[in-house]
Amino acid sequence: MTARKHLTLAAIVLFGACGDVMLSRGMKEVGNLSLSNWTQVFPSLLNPWVLFGIVLLIGFMSCYLTALSWADLTFVLPATAVGYILMALMARFFLHEQVSVRRWVGILLIVAGVGFVTGGPSLTEHPPAEPQTGRDA
Amino acid sequence: MMVVHTWAAIVLLCMASTAGDVLISAAMKRIGDLQELRQQRGILHVVKRVITSGRFLLGLGFMCIGFFSLLFALSWADVSLVGPASASLTFVSNAIAARIFLKEKVDRRRWGAAVFVAAGVALLAS
Repeated sequence: MTARKHLTLAAIVLFGACGDVMLSRGMKEVGNLSLSNWTQVFPSLLNPWVLFGIVLLIGFMSCYLTALSWADLTFVLPATAVGYILMALMARFFLHEQVSVRRWVGILLIVAGVGFVTGGPSLTEHPPAEPQTGRDA
Repeated sequence: MMVVHTWAAIVLLCMASTAGDVLISAAMKRIGDLQELRQQRGILHVVKRVITSGRFLLGLGFMCIGFFSLLFALSWADVSLVGPASASLTFVSNAIAARIFLKEKVDRRRWGAAVFVAAGVALLAS
């Protein structure tokens, strides 16, 4: 993998985690949504934190699309799993959420489980479709 | 009651994200390496190719359903639960869907990873 591809994966991690944390902060300000009045979700899009989160998630999306153009889906997702650590750290220090020891172990298991797949190939090589041949003479 | 609502939103988010991811991945594979394409034909050509792809647009529709489920879930529960739980469940369903629909080679390494992820999710949810 080239340095540019590594950078693309790092950008997915950063934009994804930061975007989710911004959305979370915004939705905490907006308050609980209710299913009976689901249209409340649209004014919540005007909250500055939600807006900033959406901008970051657009950055995430463009890097994600780029990565999917040269790597398998089952490679890109685990390769960017380090974002969960980042998200938990930001939730702890930026949103002041309680991240219990049990959750930390869960997060570490996820990262341990998915991290090592990055050692494998990033793309499944599909052999070109062979032309139909008749019985060899 | 909020717990039921949260998990319903997480499951909906997971299913919509999987459908979206698989469709978008299929669209990107068909278009080809976006970085190379941008160098050869320019960014506008890349944007045009992506947003005129039917699979991409359908995938984006599913992603939108997932996004609104995420907003609801985040208003009911902490991001350190909703984020990892939904994304990890999506990882497992994506591995299954990628193998079936995208014909990706999901080997023992990748299945093993799915088991670790499932264990992590169980700990997060407990």
